[in-house]
Amino acid sequence: MQQIAQQLIYGIQLGSLYALIALGYTMVYGVLRLINFAHGDVYMVGAFVGFYACTRWLPFKDLAVHPEAAGANIALAVVALLLAMAICSAMGVLIERFAYRPLRNGLQKADAHFWGLVLGFPITGLFMPVFNGWGPLVAVVVGVGVGFAMRPLVAWLARRVKLSESRLNALITAIGVSLLLENGGLLVFGANPNFIPNILPERTYMLPGGVMVGSSQLTILGVSLVLMLSLRYIVMYTRPGKAMRAISHDIEAAKLMGIDTDRVIAFTFALGGSLAGAGGAMVAALTHVKITPLFGLLPGLKAFVAAVLGGAGSLPGAMVGGLLMGSAESFVAGSSLSMFRDAIAFCVLIIILLVRPAGLMGRHVPEKV
Amino acid sequence: MRWLALRTLTVLGCLAALAVVSKLLSANLDTYVFLVVIQCGVAMTLAASLNLINGITGQFSIGHAGFYAAGAYVGAAWTVLWQPIVVRHVPLLQLGAPVGDTLTLLIAIVVGAAAAAVAGVVVGLPSLRLRGDYLAIVTLGFGEVIRVVILNIDAVGGARGLTGIPTLVGSGDLAFFWVFGLVLAVVALSRNLMRTTRGLTWLAVREDEIAADAMGVDTTRVKVSAFVVGSAFAGVAGVMYAHYFTSISPDVFGMDMSIIITTMVVLGGTGSVSGSLLAAIVLTALPEFLRFMQDYRMVIFSTMLVVVMLTRPQGMFGHGEISFAKLKQLFGRRAAGGAKP
Repeated sequence: MQQIAQQLIYGIQLGSLYALIALGYTMVYGVLRLINFAHGDVYMVGAFVGFYACTRWLPFKDLAVHPEAAGANIALAVVALLLAMAICSAMGVLIERFAYRPLRNGLQKADAHFWGLVLGFPITGLFMPVFNGWGPLVAVVVGVGVGFAMRPLVAWLARRVKLSESRLNALITAIGVSLLLENGGLLVFGANPNFIPNILPERTYMLPGGVMVGSSQLTILGVSLVLMLSLRYIVMYTRPGKAMRAISHDIEAAKLMGIDTDRVIAFTFALGGSLAGAGGAMVAALTHVKITPLFGLLPGLKAFVAAVLGGAGSLPGAMVGGLLMGSAESFVAGSSLSMFRDAIAFCVLIIILLVRPAGLMGRHVPEKV
Repeated sequence: MRWLALRTLTVLGCLAALAVVSKLLSANLDTYVFLVVIQCGVAMTLAASLNLINGITGQFSIGHAGFYAAGAYVGAAWTVLWQPIVVRHVPLLQLGAPVGDTLTLLIAIVVGAAAAAVAGVVVGLPSLRLRGDYLAIVTLGFGEVIRVVILNIDAVGGARGLTGIPTLVGSGDLAFFWVFGLVLAVVALSRNLMRTTRGLTWLAVREDEIAADAMGVDTTRVKVSAFVVGSAFAGVAGVMYAHYFTSISPDVFGMDMSIIITTMVVLGGTGSVSGSLLAAIVLTALPEFLRFMQDYRMVIFSTMLVVVMLTRPQGMFGHGEISFAKLKQLFGRRAAGGAKP
């Protein structure tokens, strides 16, 4: 009994993180019918922002040396969390603007500029040994120059682009963005695992029945709950939230009603990105998981499964799905089948799609001829 | 009867040509380049077999590495674990090296293809209820489940992988013959499918499933058979890989492998056999010859994937094929001095 309760508490901690990521998936799916594959990598970026904030950017003190700094560290941790949320929401907007918007509206000049620049930097990186000793400024200038040179190439490729209605195209684009973020992360952050030392006071509480709860687990649960409630407020009671719901209902009609759909979609990505960023930063700072540029992939997929389990497009569904996923995984990990903990998500997915494809709380939309 | 004779002659001619080419290449190519060529052959089979599912039938499977793994592991398990037992108990099967080896390899191919086909049925069945991106995620997940299961079977080495597989396909010209014979087989199948009534029903499912259903096409059967045929070929590619490289490990068949195979089909143009073959060659050979780019090459690759998707959503060749007639037309127009009507 005590074992089960202990696993359940761990499952809730894991599940609230999955729920945070799943909300981003489900919002984007609701609005665009697109599986934003890169969302798990936004979570990874959030974890790295948390890591750099805790070890380099902000004056955190190691509690083992300075036990009196606990209060100051907690205040700084809030700043780090907000920073991760801000950077990740910017990232979400950037991905939407340059990867997904051209799929809907066609490739504009600015997009060609952007992708030219993105291609330019690694190509410059190849010739870095030549510029060795010239300093990073020269490298950046050369990178921008190469990028401008690449722009005509991208524009030439796009000269006769035909917009494709295929959702599979969108999925491949999303996979490409995800690969780009992972490999870009390997270049920028390096492949070595990083983890943050103890910077927040850790206390363990004993519940009746001999079940232990750590303060970090309570923090994760609490912060997730606050974020989810504020998300619910934004979506249900504010103008942009109302616009989001209108778009998810019928994007064409929303356009005709004068909603600036592109802006609202960007806002959706910003919201999703900030939630994933908060999740990533909390994982990095509170759970002592080793973070690498590839570590967002699996949580991202599991969170996606959670979103489908709850019903893609449904916010409460994503929360419930996340918690169920987390508990299921924690029970499997605690049982004799612990080797299969990464496979359980996909088994759940296959079963749910066969039995109830709309998910627990989703609406079933019959296909029209 | 004349038709049959013509067919037989064509097949025999192809095989003879293949034998000559394999002799020539294995004699003249550098060992490393030859290795890359073999890898290209395996990748071409994988891409062409995924093209049967994604391109011709219009389903969206992105977990092809799972079938590849199933074929490789079951085929290798046959040669390493089961075949010695069978041979010990059946004295009739104790044949000499060339005949016995070929027989063992053929049985490995059959066993590997069957295992992958069974996996294909298991994935194909959900495809009856799902479409588009949901199906994609299920196939990706299923591929991962296969990998995790293999990871936990100790008899085939678990995470360490299975080593010491005999090189039944040989290392020189024989390997080339086997691998590219497989490529020819899958290409011939795709080509014939596109020109027969049965194949037309597959194309019909791609173009409009509901309309195909209304016209009396058994869409269920078409989708499942596409999955079965496509995954069986991937399984044979796995058998070839295992018996050429002599060791396999679960890492090879991970999610990135699945995504690379999907990329080949999508970049080549879903539905275009020659496009997927070309993309398979480029995506396999380019990283090998761009080793000096190390860290940057995956960044450039993924950026190019996004850029191609944004600029040519239908892939490089769309549904079209590379053909001599088209090339002639293209160059003929150029040669005419751009005299446009």
